[in-house]
Amino acid sequence: MDQAQGSAREPVIVGFLCAWCAYLAADAAGMARAGHTPSMRPIRVMCSGRVEPEFVLRALRDGADGVLIAGCHPGACHYVDGNLKALRRFALLQRLLDQFGVERERVQLVWVGAAEAAAFAAAVDRMAAQLRALGPLRWDERVLGGEGAGLDAGNAAVPEDASA
Amino acid sequence: MSARKPRLAMYWAASCGGCEVSLLNIGEKLAALGDAVELVFCPCLADFKLADVQALPDGAIDLCLFNGAVRNSENRQMAYLLRRKSALLVAYGSCAHEGCAPGLANLTTAAAIRETVYRGGPSTDNPAAVVPAEISQVPEGTLELPVLYDTVLTLDQVENVDYYLPGCPPESPRVAEAIGGLVAALAGGAPLPPRGSVLGALETIVCEECPRKRLSRRVERFHRVHEVAPDPKACLLEQGLVCLGVATRGGCGALCPRVAMGCRGCYGAPPGVEDQGGRMVAAIAALTAAGDPEAGGARLREQVDAAMATVVDPAGTFYGYSLAHSLLRRARVTRKAGGEEGRG
Repeated sequence: MDQAQGSAREPVIVGFLCAWCAYLAADAAGMARAGHTPSMRPIRVMCSGRVEPEFVLRALRDGADGVLIAGCHPGACHYVDGNLKALRRFALLQRLLDQFGVERERVQLVWVGAAEAAAFAAAVDRMAAQLRALGPLRWDERVLGGEGAGLDAGNAAVPEDASA
Repeated sequence: MSARKPRLAMYWAASCGGCEVSLLNIGEKLAALGDAVELVFCPCLADFKLADVQALPDGAIDLCLFNGAVRNSENRQMAYLLRRKSALLVAYGSCAHEGCAPGLANLTTAAAIRETVYRGGPSTDNPAAVVPAEISQVPEGTLELPVLYDTVLTLDQVENVDYYLPGCPPESPRVAEAIGGLVAALAGGAPLPPRGSVLGALETIVCEECPRKRLSRRVERFHRVHEVAPDPKACLLEQGLVCLGVATRGGCGALCPRVAMGCRGCYGAPPGVEDQGGRMVAAIAALTAAGDPEAGGARLREQVDAAMATVVDPAGTFYGYSLAHSLLRRARVTRKAGGEEGRG
């Protein structure tokens, strides 16, 4: 809750990386010491199509400033069209998140080939820069008020005298 | 236990009264229920005062059916009071369970709602800009109104809940089973269902009860209900009509899809689903055929986005009954230049 600490904190990105392309690219970026921002927490999934919208909502709710979903290029999915499923989910999820006041930069979908380490590093860096500019999300504290109480600090306070 | 009848209370917080009707609607079983219990508090049906409840010892109410969301400070205080006075507290109906329609207020703020209702509405005629105040001074003294919250809460977000009875309103045959069962257990000393149970509903989704046929068809776009005349036998979702049956707990008998209205989701998320809206995004996406992978990058995204744009108001549609209990619970309010959080 420290303001100074809050503004200086690097954005937290939860990265859902497909095991066949994006994760290999991230691995290669690390091996090559491509030097992308360390603020992404990679989670390997078998396919970008495996990423449930609930995973993204849960990440945003529990402290992520942004969520990156990375899969194989269209036409190159190991499971034929899992990445296309991911795109359809993503397109609708973004429309839903618009209504929740979540900026579009906070949830991104990128296509990355297994050999595209530099492109992957650049995508993470670009997103981190966008999130730095937007500032922290911290849904639980800033939107729900810590206890899930909402904007009103007093919402969840125990009533002064409800029983005689 | 056998010395006296179980004491029953029913209270409405932010609700419409439909829950009380659903209890009255259990038919001739109501007479038996009335005989089996002592009604100690139900402002909708009989003349009880707050002082009557306050005068009861803690835990004196055996079974309290609490319907309605927690929308203002009065609702909050009543939830607090009834939790303390009740041995068993039931979140009765969708509002108490997951927020229901009142919970959609979480897409905006109390100030914005007040502005729309008292000043900005197209048919509003309020030249003196009279807006209800929480505290008003009148010749007779000081009048107080409850504080309207920005964020609608569900009962279990403010107090421990023993049982849930979903539905908007709960279907009366299910009410008769569930409440009749609890009252019989209380009267006879029989074991109660495990605390936290969802009563009067199934462990499966609405589709399991729906007679419509799924043909594994995929759709290019979605339609609003007035735009198409649906096939009477086929799955509504596969005809491009948004139906929440796949993301909704069964128990209602699929009443809405049977009459060509897509399920609105009032029984809430089924077991294993944390967020009804998130599950609907996945379901809609799985059903959509739009997007030609050959089209490549930007064009492909445009095609998919255009198809998804045909789902009008996804937040209001997918969370029509569960927004207050969803993962995000409420919309984020845009921050103004000063860094202060604006309220609409």
